[in-house]
Amino acid sequence: MASTATTADAGPVFHLEEEHAHAEGSSTMLGFWLYLMSDCLIFAMLFAAFGVLGGNYAAGPAPKDLFDLGLVAVNTTMLLLSSITYGFAMLTMVKGRVGATQAWLGVTMLFGLAFLSIELYEFAHMIHEGATPQRSAFLSSFFTLVGTHGLHVTFGIVWMVTLMIQVARYGLIEANRRRLMCLSMFWHFLDVVWIGVFTFVYLMGTLR
Amino acid sequence: MSETLTKFIFGRLTLDSLPLHEPIVVGTFIVVALGGLALLGAITYFKLWGYLWREWFTSVDHKKIGIMYMVLGLVMLLRGFSDAIMMRLQQAIAFNGSEGYLNAHHYDQIFTAHGVIMIFFVAMPFVTGLMNFVVPLQIGARDVSFPFLNNFSFWMTVGGAILVMASLFVGEFARTGWLAYPPLSGIGYSPDVGVDYYIWALQVAGVGTTLSGINLICTIIKMRAPGMTMMRMPVFTWTSLCTNVLIVASFPVLTAVLTLLALDRYVGTNFFTNDFGGNPMMYVNLIWIWGHPEVYILILPLFGVFSEVTATFSGKRLFGYTSMVYATVVITILSYLVWLHHFFTMGSGASVNSFFGITTMIISIPTGAKIFNWLFTMYRGRIRFELPMMWTVAFMLTFTVGGMTGVLLAVPPADFVLHNSLFLIAHFHNVIIGGVLFGLFAGIAYWWPKAFGFKLDPFWGKVSFWCWVLGFWFAFMPLYILGLMGVTRRMRVFDDPSLQIWFVIAAFGAVLIACGIAAFLVQIYVSIRKRAELVDVTGDPWDGRTLEWSTSSPPPAYNFAFTPVIRDNDAWWDMKKAGYKRPLAGYKPIHMPSNTGTGVILAVFSVALGFGLIWYMWWLAALSFVCLIATAIGHTFNYHRDFDIPAAEVTQTEEARTKLLAAQG
Repeated sequence: MASTATTADAGPVFHLEEEHAHAEGSSTMLGFWLYLMSDCLIFAMLFAAFGVLGGNYAAGPAPKDLFDLGLVAVNTTMLLLSSITYGFAMLTMVKGRVGATQAWLGVTMLFGLAFLSIELYEFAHMIHEGATPQRSAFLSSFFTLVGTHGLHVTFGIVWMVTLMIQVARYGLIEANRRRLMCLSMFWHFLDVVWIGVFTFVYLMGTLR
Repeated sequence: MSETLTKFIFGRLTLDSLPLHEPIVVGTFIVVALGGLALLGAITYFKLWGYLWREWFTSVDHKKIGIMYMVLGLVMLLRGFSDAIMMRLQQAIAFNGSEGYLNAHHYDQIFTAHGVIMIFFVAMPFVTGLMNFVVPLQIGARDVSFPFLNNFSFWMTVGGAILVMASLFVGEFARTGWLAYPPLSGIGYSPDVGVDYYIWALQVAGVGTTLSGINLICTIIKMRAPGMTMMRMPVFTWTSLCTNVLIVASFPVLTAVLTLLALDRYVGTNFFTNDFGGNPMMYVNLIWIWGHPEVYILILPLFGVFSEVTATFSGKRLFGYTSMVYATVVITILSYLVWLHHFFTMGSGASVNSFFGITTMIISIPTGAKIFNWLFTMYRGRIRFELPMMWTVAFMLTFTVGGMTGVLLAVPPADFVLHNSLFLIAHFHNVIIGGVLFGLFAGIAYWWPKAFGFKLDPFWGKVSFWCWVLGFWFAFMPLYILGLMGVTRRMRVFDDPSLQIWFVIAAFGAVLIACGIAAFLVQIYVSIRKRAELVDVTGDPWDGRTLEWSTSSPPPAYNFAFTPVIRDNDAWWDMKKAGYKRPLAGYKPIHMPSNTGTGVILAVFSVALGFGLIWYMWWLAALSFVCLIATAIGHTFNYHRDFDIPAAEVTQTEEARTKLLAAQG
């Protein structure tokens, strides 16, 4: 090794001889967690808004008149199943099986699309009955909270399609595994948020 | 062309939207346009476009991005200050039946724009710029964790600034005050584009700020050189960490609340309306849950600057490092528990007001501990009164007064009298100018030689210093007095002639501050002209203590030829004392990120999206949104984002420095 200022006799060490490389993407997981927490705060604000305004019906329809818990149960099942299938996609990814990973991602996407379709059907039904976002503060905060979650799911599906193309093109390389990992965290995060929506908006709303 | 087609293309933008009937705005536009054309012409004439694009605009180097943030802050400071001096002049002459020279429509925009610009586009870019430049150097890193994201964040901040500037000449800005409280900012009372400019400018810039916060937290957590434990980090890095935690934990709140306001305005929802169950006070609560941490986002990094400056220019290790760190962390936490003191008059009752009054007063304890730490660092130190140290002393005197009036305002019954009075205005200018701005000038004077390799001219620096400090006291002490007499903020004309003298004194102070800004610009110009005299080849002009002073000035693209190993606080001081010798051979290739223009392109689409939404040009909004998403996805298909600086190039750079150092002896 080339001799530098650090002498061989155990003098003080001021620097590393070899290039000290931070592995590519070594901060990505932490960074993505921080992003998720910032996103979580946005949802926290929307929950808070719903908490404050959720009872302000302005003589309009209340949750009891609007929510069909059966439909919401089906919807919730779709999203929870999509989380499980994403888990299977990750398991197959670890084993390096491209085809199986893609298949499970495809299944996840279908569940996601089913969730979105049911949600859109619910929204259309409510709006048709006159329960529009403009009708009362309760409905404003309901549509915004649930709609923001739906937009996130939509974004997740666009992201999933992008990753499926990238996996098809470049295989399960390190960068793609990292990206699938990030989307996995995003997808499960949306699941957790939905548990909150399901509980606080639908169940407790119906009890009100 | 049919009317529907025009409406489709231009939305609500018509020729009447241009403020041609406002001679002041037209004059400003002519000056800005001529100045802008001259600048663009000069860049073209000297064929600098390629250089700027390759070396700066597309750069992912944290040092260059930091410098660009500082330039943005400086340009916007000139705009924000123009607003300030216009207000001071208006208030100084609008007595005895005179209407002054600004009509109400214009004046209301000016005080709104002043606040928005000074906080979001002056203080934030300055602070982010300093952190960007200094933090990776202080922790011995080659760059930030996500270099592309850093470039993107910067251009989003620029995008927000562009939207605010556009509002001056195309349409108008909000007339609501800098936080745009509803119902005034709702569509009913503000049907024009002003509030929409406000919303989208802040949303675009907010994306940049949040991402840069995430980026710097990751950098500090993950990229520290070996041996630098958390409790060995320089205090500036510590305060930057806390600031960025605050950014990530508060800017999403701003994003959310502005989105709700936008929904109220665009979709007709009822979050903050007076009818259909809306609740305007929810807006005030939510925006201050962002707003109070925001003021600590601004001040904490400057507390870091003062810590570095005091230790360096006293020639001593910082007194009470551990207590300084804990004080910073405590302030970080407490900043979330005080938001309601901004509206004690809401009527939330005695117990709630008491809680927030007490938490507010408690903040003065860790802050006071910091002041004492700085004083004890100076005590028995060998103090060199260079420019950064002068700003620090001025800060300690000025900020303490601002802090004490803050404690006074924290007492709810007192606040009921002083709420929205000029006393409040004097208080927060006292802490923001006396703390943030003085700190920025200290930081600029301190790190300028690191960034450019020569010191700033001390004479013009001192002229600027005295103009600023005296100007501040002349401009804001009268406002304390007026506030105690019950004068409220945002007034355009006055009935009581006995008040005029105080406003004249305040206007005189503003003129002094104008001289301070001019002297600062002259200082930069003179320093560049005299850079041969002011040059520093050692890289350590102040006998510094932290790692950034161990490398050359300006640092090479890779910052450090070898990754340093840290053995103690004040790593560079330790290295100097322990007989460190610069390594002269054995260089290895260094892995670095490549430049990319994607950040600029994304920001351009974001501005277009904002502009389309502001003017109801739905096609533009939709088109730029699609382009934005497509570009972002397209960027992820680029897997080759870095390269190696060959060992030969590192050797060349380092040998050039060796020669320079040898020539100096």
